[in-house]
Amino acid sequence: MGIIFLLIGVSFIIAAAFLLLFFKSVKSGQYDDTYTPSVRMLFDDELVKDNNQNKNNQN
Amino acid sequence: MEQKEQFYYDNGIVRLFLRATIFWGVTAMTIGLMVAFLFIFPTYMENISWLSFGRLRPLHTNAAIFAFVGNGFMLGMYYSTQRLLKTRMFSDALSRINFWGWQLVIVLAAITLPMGMNSSKEYAELEWPIDILITLVWVAMGANLIGTMIKRRQRHIYVAIWFYISTFATIAVLHIFNNLELPVTLTKSYSVYAGVQDALVQWWYGHNAVAFFLTTPMLGLMYYFVPKAANRPVYSYRLSIIHFWSLIFIYIWAGPHHLLYTALPEWIQNLGTVFSVMLIFPSWGGMINGLLTLRGAWDKVRVDPVLKMFVVAITGYGMATFEGPMLAFKNVNAIAHYTDWIIAHVHIGTLAWNGFIISGMIYWLVQKLYKTELHSVKMANTHFLIGTVGILFYSIPLYIAGFMQASMWKEFTPTGTLKYSFVDTLQAMAPMYAMRAFGGTLYLTGFILLAINVYKTMKKGSFVGDELAEAAPLPVVSGKRAANEHWHSWLERKVVLFTILSTVAILIGGMVQIVPLVFDSSQVEKIATVKPYTPLELEGRDIYIREGCNNCHSQMIRPFRNEVERYGEFSKSGEFVYDHPFLWGSRRTGPDLQREGAEKRHKDNMWHFRHLLDPRSIETRSIMPSYAWLISDDLDYSDLEAKMKGLRKLGVPYTDAEISGAKTALEKQAAGIAATLEADSGFQKEFVAQGLEVKKKEITAVIAYLQRLGTDIGKSK
Repeated sequence: MGIIFLLIGVSFIIAAAFLLLFFKSVKSGQYDDTYTPSVRMLFDDELVKDNNQNKNNQN
Repeated sequence: MEQKEQFYYDNGIVRLFLRATIFWGVTAMTIGLMVAFLFIFPTYMENISWLSFGRLRPLHTNAAIFAFVGNGFMLGMYYSTQRLLKTRMFSDALSRINFWGWQLVIVLAAITLPMGMNSSKEYAELEWPIDILITLVWVAMGANLIGTMIKRRQRHIYVAIWFYISTFATIAVLHIFNNLELPVTLTKSYSVYAGVQDALVQWWYGHNAVAFFLTTPMLGLMYYFVPKAANRPVYSYRLSIIHFWSLIFIYIWAGPHHLLYTALPEWIQNLGTVFSVMLIFPSWGGMINGLLTLRGAWDKVRVDPVLKMFVVAITGYGMATFEGPMLAFKNVNAIAHYTDWIIAHVHIGTLAWNGFIISGMIYWLVQKLYKTELHSVKMANTHFLIGTVGILFYSIPLYIAGFMQASMWKEFTPTGTLKYSFVDTLQAMAPMYAMRAFGGTLYLTGFILLAINVYKTMKKGSFVGDELAEAAPLPVVSGKRAANEHWHSWLERKVVLFTILSTVAILIGGMVQIVPLVFDSSQVEKIATVKPYTPLELEGRDIYIREGCNNCHSQMIRPFRNEVERYGEFSKSGEFVYDHPFLWGSRRTGPDLQREGAEKRHKDNMWHFRHLLDPRSIETRSIMPSYAWLISDDLDYSDLEAKMKGLRKLGVPYTDAEISGAKTALEKQAAGIAATLEADSGFQKEFVAQGLEVKKKEITAVIAYLQRLGTDIGKSK
């Protein structure tokens, strides 16, 4: 039985190393586009906008 | 330009969750208020077993977390996922299974918890058949989410979706691990873990339920609905990515901060503290990102109730996540643990952060879904105002109460004795409890205004169940990474891989802590005198669980002078090796009971009998419920052998002879307790003459269990 947990342990250490690399890259700014997605989500794709009298920016 | 495709967004499912969120929100808060009033008027629901505090408190927490916030998350998730991925949900059938299955879970919880069917583990109280149902419904939701990502028309996966995925993946893992239990009957099971191990798994779960059920899904909603409502992009998209990854990785390690100064091995406690302190960075990064999204839109915040609520919600997130790391310091935790400080802390999270982000989202969504304007902006502003005042009235008195009670617990007289009895400290908090109930009333009133406002807005507008939209299809690209492509955007396209990696990141944290404890027996020191419970004590313990005694009474004495003075020798991990599940508790509304049967706290059987029947006949200031039904109901021990056999499978060393003779042994011990009670002439006149056969009643089992508590450790071999 013990061997299974040893294997799990080893697998997780490998995964942890992988994850560490992952973070380093993200933190050092490996991002090609960190602007467009934040603006893109503001646009609506809904087609029927006319039958409602007024939208957006109102409350 | 590429050809655009037309398709329909499923607004029907969004409307279902909208109604459910409001309905369960009102329900959860009403139950919360019922519980809050029990602190002021302890007898107002007296002698109704299913409305006693120990059964209502789990109902309140489960309703608030899984019914209100759960439905609120799914509401926002189903709306935003379709729009962010520019496609209808993967399967309408899965969407409906998700919705109706989740409501079924909630209804079953609302029936079984007041009936006393619970596993005692906080926020995981539901019994095993419901646990299985939850798993199925949750997987249906996850499959639907991942399926939608696969058929999406938008290559980039917006940050909100990542939060949703991590919510799905982590909760699935947490739920399964923490609810590993051995069923005895359809409504009764025992946790496979015992004592310290069970405590660690439970708080790994408990902490991460807060993290991944009450935080990450709400952050996902924040990253979608705050920019949408303000019509401004998030302050820093890069920060949101860092926020996400660092948060999910650090969160999973912080669970042991719930068990500081307990019998948990110290290295795990310290690990929990270190990671909890680190958590402030991603948390505050996210909070700042949310608030700064409103830069240049503060004029809108002044008039728009949606944005106002978001500002209070994000501020609440910031406060709660500042407080969390502080509470994880051992010296702060020594004061706050077991007091109302923690209750105040979690309500900043639920009322301000979760409640207000969901309320703001509802006000925004109902206008979108019904293509109209809000029935009354004034009413929404009133909701905002009384809700905010309600939060302050709820939390500030409880912060004071927590600090005050902890200080009173620790106070000694010049001669070296404890200055205050437990009930003195309870009595001192009465005004705070009244203010808390007032604050809760305000908050609920505000939420009822939301319900009315939303209803009127729905009446006024016209709902479109399937909303026409159009977007360009996704060009087919190779699954391999393009030559000039950054690897993260490549990764984002690989949804499945992404999900697996998130899960791995989360699993590492949990496994590294849990695996050594469960499978390395050297971590828990064995104590030779600690023996399994007798059959009667075992039945008593199960009644203790059924009545939810652990909601008010801890069984974990910390190594502090005042606790040792008040309750006796501090707790050792070896004392809990036969405790399936552990019953350490998290809040001391009543005194600790771990050594209730041992010399310092020992009381005779008659005291326990009268105290359980009417606590105020012993201590007039007590706010404990009376448990008259323990005296009227016969003890049902028909499952006794099955229970003992089950526990033996889990490692409790019951012998064959003990199991086959269990019923006889139980009756004999019950008769012994009955005899000590019946020796009293007052008891004879008051109860025996009325025909009470006390040896058959549940109360003998509870007394047997309470008298056993803490006695093992002093015995000689």
